[in-house]
Amino acid sequence: MSLSSITGHAPGAGPSTAKWIGSTVAALIIWGVVYSQLIPFSDWVVASTRVDPNSHLGEAISFFAYDTPKVLLLLTLVVFGMGVVRSFFSPEKTRALLAGKREGVGNVLAASLGIVTPFCSCSAVPLFIGFVSAGVPLGVTFSFLISAPMVNEVALGLLFGLVGWKVALTYLAFGLAVAIVSGWIIGRLHLEHWLEEWVRNIRSGAIDLPPEDLTVVDRIKAGIEAVKEIVGNVWPWIIAGIAVGAFIHGYVPSDLLATIMGRDAWWSVPAAVLIGIPMYSNAAGIIPVVEALITKGAALGTVLAFMMAVIALSLPEMIILRKVLSVKLIAVFVGVVGTGILAVGFLFNALFS
Amino acid sequence: MKDIKVLGPGCKRCVTTAEMVQTEADKLGVPVTIEKVTDYAAIAGYGIASTPGIVIDGKVVHAGGLPKSEDLARWLAA
Repeated sequence: MSLSSITGHAPGAGPSTAKWIGSTVAALIIWGVVYSQLIPFSDWVVASTRVDPNSHLGEAISFFAYDTPKVLLLLTLVVFGMGVVRSFFSPEKTRALLAGKREGVGNVLAASLGIVTPFCSCSAVPLFIGFVSAGVPLGVTFSFLISAPMVNEVALGLLFGLVGWKVALTYLAFGLAVAIVSGWIIGRLHLEHWLEEWVRNIRSGAIDLPPEDLTVVDRIKAGIEAVKEIVGNVWPWIIAGIAVGAFIHGYVPSDLLATIMGRDAWWSVPAAVLIGIPMYSNAAGIIPVVEALITKGAALGTVLAFMMAVIALSLPEMIILRKVLSVKLIAVFVGVVGTGILAVGFLFNALFS
Repeated sequence: MKDIKVLGPGCKRCVTTAEMVQTEADKLGVPVTIEKVTDYAAIAGYGIASTPGIVIDGKVVHAGGLPKSEDLARWLAA
């Protein structure tokens, strides 16, 4: 991976800021050169296997050999960029921005901050309590909790790499919309009494952390850390996903999915959401499959709904949230978000025919 | 003796953070007691919104992500 070349410097050696910036620029140039060689590379791979490029197997190999490095490269770039951006934010700062905000404005702000605030689902419970106990309205907290995992850099990076920037931006916009509207509705329902009792009793108030002075080098390091951690964790999923996608590309007849997942089958959107909820895959595994489905005639709205349901309404996350939310509140959460995702699916299928 | 609490529900990073604190304290020769706080209610009581958090002698100095070792040294020396 091109960016790993700059991690070679020992952090303790104290390289100058200029050296770090120079290395980053050099790594970006290397990235660009490698990226421009992907098509010749995949042609070379197919040629060297001596399989007919127009056969099923040839198409599958070509898809795999082109998409794997392409996706890994784009993902690395996006994750690095997001890692740098996120070094400017923290959940505590976001909370300070959201505390006492009115609903409406607060929901929009919370969903937007959800994209750039560092978030890990293992931290969802402390974050939830930390927000609610410091005076962030429940609905605003939900807007954040829906947007943060759903509109993440892995999903955006992969969509950008595999399906194109238009779909990536659409996913971003609709993901934000679902988070804003769902959080707003949950807020209007005034369900504070459905929180677990011990959560309602915590009145901690927010603390002010001593400000961390981050230099440019620290931020570059934060980007590299993000790449090591995220790309280091998801690459097996991506390769598995692309392998499944390659199989679909090569072997599934191109009109088969049009009848099941096409625009004319109205029930395919709810079916996609229902199937998506119990499935737990991170964006990394699901998006390569999604891309292959689209090229085989599945409607974009149906596929987006499926993807959002898999990522935003995952069973493991609900189990984590069960510690702070009553079952009733979780049911409302799933119902509201699920309805929002359904609406996105139908709207999208209707708009982009 | 510095009283240090590492706040976190038991994720990998929280364990790593506790180890980092111990290593840094040993390096500086600062005697410490490290306690891991895993109870959500107790964690929330410190007012943080992300884990792992570090509390030194009752004062929250860090929340979210692994601490930098130079920061750890600074907090332990204070």
